[in-house]
Amino acid sequence: MNPHFDLTDTSIDSNAVRMQFANAQTGGFVSFEGWVRNHNEGKMVSHLEYEVYTALALKEGESIVAEAIKKYDLVHAYAIHRHGLLHIGDTAVWVGASAAHRDEAFKACRLIIDQIKVRLPIWKCEHYLDGKREWVLCSHPNTESTHHSHPHIH
Amino acid sequence: MIEIEIEYYAFFREYSKIESEKFFILLSTAEELYARQKELYDFPYNTDTIRVAINDAFSSWQTLLNNGDKIVFIAPVSGG
Repeated sequence: MNPHFDLTDTSIDSNAVRMQFANAQTGGFVSFEGWVRNHNEGKMVSHLEYEVYTALALKEGESIVAEAIKKYDLVHAYAIHRHGLLHIGDTAVWVGASAAHRDEAFKACRLIIDQIKVRLPIWKCEHYLDGKREWVLCSHPNTESTHHSHPHIH
Repeated sequence: MIEIEIEYYAFFREYSKIESEKFFILLSTAEELYARQKELYDFPYNTDTIRVAINDAFSSWQTLLNNGDKIVFIAPVSGG
């Protein structure tokens, strides 16, 4: 396990990752879980695949969490992202942040998941019940606007 | 001439139909290399909507490539 960010191709055990936050200095702990849902933009999703550029994702993930720790003076923060094949209801990403007070923990947790969504080099391919699939495109922080083009691959 | 390696992920792997390739090129920037590969594989993206990583670190498109560099084109990401 890395200090602040990991990738895994197996189920994320929320209770296990939460245990590392036990600390007498902590007054507030906030966690976020991103789950795989069964629909997107009117289409019924059967399952997902995440493809990751591991070497860069581990470095970028560590940077994202470290920046949040510094900005909000956190006691601890940690995030883990799944890759590979995921089914409906699986946890795709888990983020936790703890601080002396709740406000910093809430803000840090939000910052980390928002930054993961725009900076982590990982790509989601949605598979639909009709047998089609699409890569989902979001954005980069250095591009002018968020866009959602969806190249169809059948 | 320098030898470089390109790894392709997700969209780029499916457009190029390969996971990686190594070849010799004349001294060039990352942007010039992308233009070459875009034409070769008909990539749909321009450099203003994607990023580039050189040796596992985000880099500028204007970076001059060195012998032995590993390049990855980063399409818009979709984590979370």
